[in-house]
Amino acid sequence: MSAPSAVSVAAPARLTPLALLGAGRAHTLMFRNYLSARSHPVVFFGGFLEPVFYLFSLGVGLGALVGDVTGPNGVTVTYVEFVAPAMLAASAMNGAITESTFNIFFKLRFGKLYDAMLATPMVPMDIAVGEIGWSQVRGAAYSTAFLVVMAFMGLVRGWTALLALPAAGLIGLAFGAVGMAATTFMTSWRDFDLVQLFVLPMFLFSATFYPLEVYPGWLQAVARVSPLYHGTALVRGLVLAEPSWSMVTNVAVLVAMSVAGLLVARRRLATLLLT
Amino acid sequence: MSTTSATDAATADPAVPMAAVVARGLTKHFGDLVAVDGIDIDVAAGETFAFLGANGAGKTSAMRMIATVSPVTAGDLRVLGMDPTADGPAIRSRLGVVPQEDNLDLELTVRENLLVYGLYHGLPRPLIRARIDELLAFAQLTDKADNEVESLSGGMKRRLTIARALVNEPDLVLLDEPTTGLDPQARHVLWDRLHELRSRGVTLLLTTHYMDEAEQLADRLVIMDHGRIIAEGSPRELIERHVTREVLEVRFGSGRQPAATDALLALGLPEVDAVEGLAERAIVHTRDAQATLDALDRHDLRPRGHLTRRATLEDVFLRLTGRQLVD
Ligand SMILES: Nc1ncnc2c1ncn2[C@@H]1O[C@H](COP(=O)(O)OP(=O)(O)OP(=O)(O)O)[C@@H](O)[C@H]1O
Ligand SMILES: [Mg+2]
Repeated sequence: MSAPSAVSVAAPARLTPLALLGAGRAHTLMFRNYLSARSHPVVFFGGFLEPVFYLFSLGVGLGALVGDVTGPNGVTVTYVEFVAPAMLAASAMNGAITESTFNIFFKLRFGKLYDAMLATPMVPMDIAVGEIGWSQVRGAAYSTAFLVVMAFMGLVRGWTALLALPAAGLIGLAFGAVGMAATTFMTSWRDFDLVQLFVLPMFLFSATFYPLEVYPGWLQAVARVSPLYHGTALVRGLVLAEPSWSMVTNVAVLVAMSVAGLLVARRRLATLLLT
Repeated sequence: MSTTSATDAATADPAVPMAAVVARGLTKHFGDLVAVDGIDIDVAAGETFAFLGANGAGKTSAMRMIATVSPVTAGDLRVLGMDPTADGPAIRSRLGVVPQEDNLDLELTVRENLLVYGLYHGLPRPLIRARIDELLAFAQLTDKADNEVESLSGGMKRRLTIARALVNEPDLVLLDEPTTGLDPQARHVLWDRLHELRSRGVTLLLTTHYMDEAEQLADRLVIMDHGRIIAEGSPRELIERHVTREVLEVRFGSGRQPAATDALLALGLPEVDAVEGLAERAIVHTRDAQATLDALDRHDLRPRGHLTRRATLEDVFLRLTGRQLVD
């Protein structure tokens, strides 16, 4: 135990070329979260069931009354075909936000988990990347399961639907990064009401349940700046095999959100934890 | 124990053990508050060094800077020969940290806590697994290996925190109040473990409010007060330098105590170096306790009770600050 020379195995990565990856130890936090989740498996199922419930109640139920609607590139689709991709996008958002706000707030303020981690060679960016990476793993499991359900229900129109999985991952990354950045500014549980204040309208007005064209002009403009709108448009175009150039914008918006969120989260984690 | 200057440490011959910690004018501000006020310390490799001080003296603030998790406001600091600002991760990979408040992972078991900590340090899994059994035995937690951390007693949690700090076989272990809040038996078990580490040549840097702990463990210590170092030396040296070998405690009962302490002082007894008046007793630094007691008797200052004992670091602290270390 005492030979000091044996320590070299712990030689830490100094500044990696991609500062966004921290000291490259993010995966160890993901493993830690896996160990913890293994002993609390029930929480896992909720995230999967939520979009399925929405799909059946709104898509299938309401779809029986509504009939067909206009989808991407002006094609006509059934209502349930229209709503299902939006549920996939929205559940990617919700999962990432829950993980990055409630769970991280708890660890940050009460758990002292991060203090313990920063006493090792890990750096704040490892924490940001590790938490978001874990939330991505969970999200990918949910998205895949949901896409399988959609495929069984005949709601998928082509192979491009497979690309909806990375698209859902990107949505999770964007909202996870921004959610985590926001969480570092929160001081009490009451601040989470503010999160809901953003999330609920976004969920309702991002061309989730109706095509954008049914809104009045000003509301269309508002919807277009909603990140979830870009996520929904992206996933819908892919699932319905109707790609278009506007998807480049959708991806760019989500990538910009991810990078901005990560950078703010890194800086704020350092300010909060390294006092 | 000789002190090494910062330049000596930087140019030291590699064969000579390098100073574990060198600080010059180390300062920490929190807004307007000065938590650490320009301290100089030298901790040699292999030494056990203690910060002794009352609540709020700045011990934790100093330790956190050394642990490279708190930016230095001013001054120079080298830890294991490296610069905390530039080489934080490299320093931390050779440190073991036992924080003032346990921050074990409550969602994991005892064994998993050690495993993930080794992974945070970037150690390969087979190596960690081999070390875990050794560490569990060291911390006397082998039969608790698969329990949730939440179910451990305070003393067990503390031992696990220490075991966790050793998973990377550190050269320097920082222990912030390792035994505060533990019962006497648990404290002795911990002291045992720390003595064992010492004998393996690990450098230990600890903080404490307990003078018996400092006396037991430390080769050398500094007394901190309001962010400054007010005395430095080995426990024996400090006692010899600042107080008489023996002290006499006299109690006159709470009503009479202040007046009696004043009267005692007014006597100006030749063998008495100093008198510290406390609410319920006076501590008399005297070179001849019996002569002092006889004198009190002659002047009709008869204490309700008295006690002659060896001087402790507590007396040094009281002498230097006029306050008690622990209430
Ligand atoms: N993060 C912080 N922000 C603001 N002030 C702080 C912070 N940490 C410590 N302080 C202040 O710095 C001073 C020194 O605190 P520190 O924790 O270093 O003392 P200590 O010697 O460890 O005390 P204790 O024996 O109670 O642990 C105190 O006045 C404390 O309130
Ligand atoms: Mg402290």
